[in-house]
Amino acid sequence: MTKLDAKIPEGSLAEKWTKYRSSVPLVNPANKRSLEIVIVGSGLAGASAAASLAELGYKVKVFCFQDSPRRAHSIAAQGGINAAKNYQNDGDSVYRLFYDTIKGGDYRAREANVHRLAEVSGNIIDQCVAQGVPFAREYGGLLSNRSFGGTQVQRTFYAAGQTGQQLLLGAYSSLQRQVGMGNVKMYTRHEMLDVVTIDGKARGIIARDSVTGALERHFGHAVLLCTGGYGNVFYLSTNAMGSNVTAAWKAHKKGAFFANPCYTQIHPTCIPVSGDHQSKLTLMSESLRNDGRIWVPKKQNDTRKANEIPEDERDYYLERRYPAFGNLVPRDIASRAAKERCDAGYGVGASKMAVYLDYAAAIVRYGKGEANKNNMHNPSDEEIQAMGKAVVKEKYGNLFDMYKQITGEDPYEVPMRIYPAVHYTMGGLWVDYNLMTTVPGLYALGEANFSDHGANRLGASALMQGLADGYFVIPYTIGNYLASEIRTPAMSTDSEDFVAAEKAVRDRLETLMNIKGSKPVDYFHKRLGKIMWDECGMARSEKGLKASIKEIQALQKEFWSDVKIPGEIDNLNPELEKAGRVADFLELGELMCIDALDRNESCGGHFRTEYQTEDGEALRDDENYAYVAAWEYEKQSKFKLHKEELKYENIKIAQRSYK
Amino acid sequence: MEGHLNLTLKIWRQKNASVAGKFETYQVSGISTDMSFLEMIDVLNNRLIEEGDDPVAFDHDCREGICGMCSMYINGRPHGPNRGVTTCQLHMRSFQDGETITVEPWRASAFPVIKDLVVNRSAFDRIIAAGGFVSVNTGNAQDANNLPIPKEDADDAFAAAACIGCGACVAACKNASAMLFTSAKISQLALLPQGKVEAAKRAEAMVAQMDEEGFGACSNTGACEAECPKGISLENIARMNREYFSATFSSK
Amino acid sequence: MAWLAKSFNSSLGKKLLMAITGLFLISFLIVHCGLNATIFLNDGGVAFNEGAEFMAHNPIIRTMEIVLFGGLLLHIFDGLRLWLDNKKKRPVAYAVIDGAANSKWYSRSMGLLGTLLLLFLIMHLKHFWYFSRLTNDLTESHTLYNEMQVVFQSPIVVIVYVLGCISLGYHLLHGFQSAFQTLGWNHPKYTPTIKAIGAIYSIVIAALFAAMPVAFYFNLIQ
Repeated sequence: MTKLDAKIPEGSLAEKWTKYRSSVPLVNPANKRSLEIVIVGSGLAGASAAASLAELGYKVKVFCFQDSPRRAHSIAAQGGINAAKNYQNDGDSVYRLFYDTIKGGDYRAREANVHRLAEVSGNIIDQCVAQGVPFAREYGGLLSNRSFGGTQVQRTFYAAGQTGQQLLLGAYSSLQRQVGMGNVKMYTRHEMLDVVTIDGKARGIIARDSVTGALERHFGHAVLLCTGGYGNVFYLSTNAMGSNVTAAWKAHKKGAFFANPCYTQIHPTCIPVSGDHQSKLTLMSESLRNDGRIWVPKKQNDTRKANEIPEDERDYYLERRYPAFGNLVPRDIASRAAKERCDAGYGVGASKMAVYLDYAAAIVRYGKGEANKNNMHNPSDEEIQAMGKAVVKEKYGNLFDMYKQITGEDPYEVPMRIYPAVHYTMGGLWVDYNLMTTVPGLYALGEANFSDHGANRLGASALMQGLADGYFVIPYTIGNYLASEIRTPAMSTDSEDFVAAEKAVRDRLETLMNIKGSKPVDYFHKRLGKIMWDECGMARSEKGLKASIKEIQALQKEFWSDVKIPGEIDNLNPELEKAGRVADFLELGELMCIDALDRNESCGGHFRTEYQTEDGEALRDDENYAYVAAWEYEKQSKFKLHKEELKYENIKIAQRSYK
Repeated sequence: MEGHLNLTLKIWRQKNASVAGKFETYQVSGISTDMSFLEMIDVLNNRLIEEGDDPVAFDHDCREGICGMCSMYINGRPHGPNRGVTTCQLHMRSFQDGETITVEPWRASAFPVIKDLVVNRSAFDRIIAAGGFVSVNTGNAQDANNLPIPKEDADDAFAAAACIGCGACVAACKNASAMLFTSAKISQLALLPQGKVEAAKRAEAMVAQMDEEGFGACSNTGACEAECPKGISLENIARMNREYFSATFSSK
Repeated sequence: MAWLAKSFNSSLGKKLLMAITGLFLISFLIVHCGLNATIFLNDGGVAFNEGAEFMAHNPIIRTMEIVLFGGLLLHIFDGLRLWLDNKKKRPVAYAVIDGAANSKWYSRSMGLLGTLLLLFLIMHLKHFWYFSRLTNDLTESHTLYNEMQVVFQSPIVVIVYVLGCISLGYHLLHGFQSAFQTLGWNHPKYTPTIKAIGAIYSIVIAALFAAMPVAFYFNLIQ
């Protein structure tokens, strides 16, 4: 446990970052030109870090597995980005954003990091606007805000339902500017397959060119992993198909501790699975819960169509259980409640693993409102329906269209079927205040690290964190390390360590190709996903977790003896890429279960069935579990726990209640 | 509701950039109408793997219509028969039982085939690198609300910025022109005060890069606009033309 | 002047040249069609011959004729250049193309329509321009009007002329609005009007021109 020093600066919470910035060692411009930085991943964190560091004068190389840095999965974020601008004059402040984030994270995040995040949040909006990001605006020409879950102020900036896209394209354009100027060398269709460490420090990576299959060695004085989350360990998630844990996992095996792997966010409103063929899940924005009512039939295994079930035979279970917040309870609570109903046999649809999100009441309510506005005294039901649907279309039209596209059902006529789905992972590589992992010179930014969201992330905070890390944190904190590296010349990649690392990667790829078993990669991935979803998903239990650790270990063996990978090692081979990723997911899944088993409490996205209140709510144990669980890799299936105690000096810990 | 289809697929197979490709015909059966087009290809691929064949390589990632990675020229149209959707959002209920579906890669000299249905679209990145940005270093920015922007301009800029860079415009165009893509970025930044400072330089540089990459000229057929999954308008091309002509005839 | 060549050699510059010369030819067609339409006055060609006489001897018109040929040649040269360039941009053709799903056939066929028009134009110039400018056959007793009467006695010539006019109509239907788009004149308020005027113009010009040989052939005018 001596290893875990978070390096939090001294001083009062509000002064830490300011003081740090004023005292952190600097690297002079001439020296920056000879310092090389490898960045893996080109999402919000990676692209913003690459652009900012290249602007400072560092020599930067960026790697992404997609065909362009613009494809990174940050692009799919819908809702918005939080910032403590207080443009709405509604009482927002840096402290409030800090407080909401700590509380939303169920008191499992580090105070100093979260406060810094809140401090730089405003700069992010300024920077993005300067880049030409077309945020939504009011008629006066100033920026518009909306509210999001878990807060009482309006601090979310947005660009329709495509905020992530616009922010990423902003960061991407800054990155491409540096590429055009020759300050960044971009490697697309390249997958990082190992970190190279020399004398205990990260000194580069081994990457595979996906098109030719060639392995490449790349040196860097520092290596930044901006490789996103690992939600795809569940096979089905709202993540992109290519999102993976490989970079983080390789770093983990090279000595970087993995923190809080069991903290996963399950988003309550997603389009449910329609069959075995399903390859991914699609999120329906949280905003739909503002007007929709969630229900299931009161009768088990009710096979009637939704519209045939009379009002008094419907169970609006969220309104019943949480009268104060009703359908607007936080994500983790809404998700668990849906699962509880479906498990008890009240689910709807062909799979019985869905609940209804019903707009019928909202349509009537809006229709009547319109009738009043238009001075119609005796509107017919048809008129009310037509006017109500028009209002709903204006507010949620694109989401309704997307639902119809995917399911073939018209949500204006029949209630939508929704079910929770894996969405975000709060856990990740353990990093200190500098965003450095336990391997010197190796950093983790954005969703890839564990730092800011505790056990549950608030809506519109992921974009904020990714860009904060890349634009405003790493440019300062990396100097702290690189200032002592200015005497280190660029190293040859022909050194023993590089050669050995490349050989290990090649051996592993060849081993995979040579298994020549009988089952495609997806077969194993689906099985892993099912274990994880059933036992390490929305509800976890000691018995289930113990059993699944065994199951996963057996599955690992089966994978390494029976996977079938077609094609060639030296050609574009998506199956080979997938196999490597699934092999890492199989190991990560095991660690997630171990972590979930260790945490004998329920908090945020982690719900242990043994630890709940009498009415089924999460029961935290602050006395024994107010720590970050950072796992050290020792050998296959053997991980050592290190604890970073969380001290709350500025916030009073309290129990969450939404009743 | 859910039905099942039996289909004949004619898919372009090409091992790599340096060898010639050809069409292969595959039969797939029991395809659920609830599947997306890519999930249908997944089914085919898993079968090919089990039979010991090389699966069909295709680009895809987010599968929710926003990353722009999926492509495929399906039955003579980029992203298939429906307007306003990417291939990943195209569902099998849009096809008939017994139908023959021809699947080709994007065809353009600027988008060389890498393997099967995978093409190299890095030309788009180079066009952006030539000028598709505002030259503002991190930390240079003033307060965001110091710069009021008329809502209409912000909305128009957003509509142009919604481009996902998939390349359907190039694939649809008879000249393999990238004008819709290039103009969307030029337009977005020309509409905003932040972008006006460099507007002239940007237009000249991006058009020059676009030409260098080997994209064709515009015949104003409107095919790009019709096939764009994000509904990027031809007005952007007109705006690009204005920007370019005023730049090239007035620059020093 | 290198910048000018560079500007007109860019993909956008080539289109600009196409649009400017196209609009110039469109304006010429109004004059040409307007003058020729005087035959429908059915005055035995008196008004028409007066107009033709004026056009033949006015120094400004004579100068413009050179400009016109210059514009025409540029339009043809630029069109051929674009066609050759664009052809190279897709070396491997699609096996299946559903062009009708996203565009009009005549928008995609401007090169073909232009080539048909060029062939027609060669014949047309031979019939009338060559006759009136480069031979001594034009006399007071055999006017240009009389020559039209002679030429349009052949049913084959009449059919070719009508087909040429149909090509012209479709070429204009796309070309008119396309020129405005290329010049950057696309605006939600004005574009629908431009398109409507373009459509009316194309139909009226093509129909009037086509009516001329038909009218002569069937002796509808004297």
